[in-house]
Amino acid sequence: MDDTPQNSARTADEREREVVIRVRGLEVGFGEKTIMKGLDLDVYRGEILGFVGASGTGKSVLTRAILGLVPKRAGTIEVFGEDLDGLNPASRRAIERRWGVLFQHGALFSSLTVRQNVQVPMREYLDMSDRLLEELAMLKIEMVGLSPDAADKYPSDLSGGMIKRAALARALALDPEIVFLDEPTSGLDPIGAGDFDDLIATLQKTLGLTVFMVTHDLDSLHSVCDRIAALGEGRIIASGTIEDMLASDHPWVRAYFHGKRARAVMAE
Amino acid sequence: MAGIEAMNSGPAIAVDERGGDMRFVVSGRWTAPHAAEVERLAAMLLEEARGGGSVRIDISEIGRLDTLGAWVLDRTRHELGDRGQRADFVGARPEHQTLLDEIAYRGFQEPSRAKNLHIVDFLVDVGRTVVEVGKDFVRGVSFLGEVVAALVVVLFNPRRFRFPALVHQLEHIAFRGVPIIALISFLVGAIVAQQGIFQLQRFGATPFVVDLVGILILRELAVLLTSIMIAGRSGSAFTAEIGSMKMREEVDALRVMGLDPVQVLIVPRVLALIIGLPLLTFLSMMSALLGGGLVAWVYGGISPEIFLARLQGAIVLSTFLVGLIKAPFMALVIGLIASLEGLAVQGSAESLGRQVTSSVVKSIFMVIVVDGLFAMFFAAIDY
Repeated sequence: MDDTPQNSARTADEREREVVIRVRGLEVGFGEKTIMKGLDLDVYRGEILGFVGASGTGKSVLTRAILGLVPKRAGTIEVFGEDLDGLNPASRRAIERRWGVLFQHGALFSSLTVRQNVQVPMREYLDMSDRLLEELAMLKIEMVGLSPDAADKYPSDLSGGMIKRAALARALALDPEIVFLDEPTSGLDPIGAGDFDDLIATLQKTLGLTVFMVTHDLDSLHSVCDRIAALGEGRIIASGTIEDMLASDHPWVRAYFHGKRARAVMAE
Repeated sequence: MAGIEAMNSGPAIAVDERGGDMRFVVSGRWTAPHAAEVERLAAMLLEEARGGGSVRIDISEIGRLDTLGAWVLDRTRHELGDRGQRADFVGARPEHQTLLDEIAYRGFQEPSRAKNLHIVDFLVDVGRTVVEVGKDFVRGVSFLGEVVAALVVVLFNPRRFRFPALVHQLEHIAFRGVPIIALISFLVGAIVAQQGIFQLQRFGATPFVVDLVGILILRELAVLLTSIMIAGRSGSAFTAEIGSMKMREEVDALRVMGLDPVQVLIVPRVLALIIGLPLLTFLSMMSALLGGGLVAWVYGGISPEIFLARLQGAIVLSTFLVGLIKAPFMALVIGLIASLEGLAVQGSAESLGRQVTSSVVKSIFMVIVVDGLFAMFFAAIDY
């Protein structure tokens, strides 16, 4: 199940070529409405991919389709080189163990404390002593920048930023190789959002994570994302580095990256 | 030295003892899926190194390291240090060194679990519950005041009244409740009649079953059955609706828009209950009498004509009114408790479940208490 070395010595170029998520010809729709048609997407190991698109173009739907929460009508999705459709339930679970998800609103279990939330996947999947379980949960909580006394609070007692951090701690509980972040910095103040970006960059470096980040935050796109993909008209309309995006001719991409807000960020 | 095989195999430790320095060569995958093995090996390393001098942990052959592996390794190093044995990592690859630095073992305080004597806990619980019951009562009375005040406001400003909401609630409470209330009442009426006939037969007083069924159903059973069903069916729905609105700050949204949640959410629901419950009670009475009449006919040999004639003799208008008068009061009690519990919901899903349960339990309990009070009242005024 975990036969892809994560931290083994590889050159950056080699890493570039390994595709961890490969989406081909994806078609998703609800009822009469088709949201995605013929969407192709590659996510490379070890990169932070920023995913942008106008509201309602289906960024969250794409994430959910990859995670298997939304049924697709056509196309293939390969994760770690395995087609998700052809998997038996056991191998499917093995794949699910290797990714972590930060939902837009945290989706913390409201009747459990932060510590218990982080321990849920660990208890379920890992065989370890109670001492290690406690220590690791606290480690993850501290790694995401929460103070230890937040560990025994319930999600309803946390601020928006703390919920995002706690949810990230839970997403990282099993040391995943890919983390999906759905608007991780939305609803945070600019300083908090900046801290969160730094946190993601640090974690990505130390843990060798691949990060799939849906975001509207131009600061995040600019400061932490290695590559950006823009979604529109049911497919990827542009992808590449921030420079590629700036050079793109697509009207929406131009409007997005050359708008007043974008110019303010780029000018820094 | 480290082949691909060693990199991809499970965690392992080899001991290499030369001179005073102990050297442990750590290899394989020190990752979460191998947690049990990782812990066992770390404990073994601690044991092996006991009594020795300084220790070097060679981690150059580790295939894969994640936070769990790094944590356990660093913890082991610290524990050696605590015993006075100097321990160092050697041959760490840069990415592993970054991870080890980031993890940096530190002790965490065990969560303190306060331990009290059980008897003290028990007494504290009892005391708290008694105080809560008292507070509940006060809250109920003050909430009744709020609802009445809102009703008065609506009375003087009919335009503020939400007529569509009332109709919508009436449909859900009364109209959709018809089949189940009718069915249950029919069955209970039939059972009471059957038992009545069976027991009265022995005294040769079978025809009195009509008096029994008529008075029992009209005075007590119909209104109690309906109230209990509605407490379970609609009271729980109110609590859940209002509670989840509270959870998602919708109630606060109403308040900041200058809308009174009591007026918007609770008045239509309570009014719908007050109108709906007597209607359903009437339905329940008729349905139960039908069930009783049918059993009396089939099982007791009392024909419908005789049943109706005896019924007319047995009951007076007040028998029927006693039952019906109670219905709006039951409705008010159910509506108030359900709304109050709904507004008491806190942030978590668990709290929602708790309040819904408590709403249903309290409503049913209060319905029976109120019924008892009415029985005493009607006896006192000889109605």
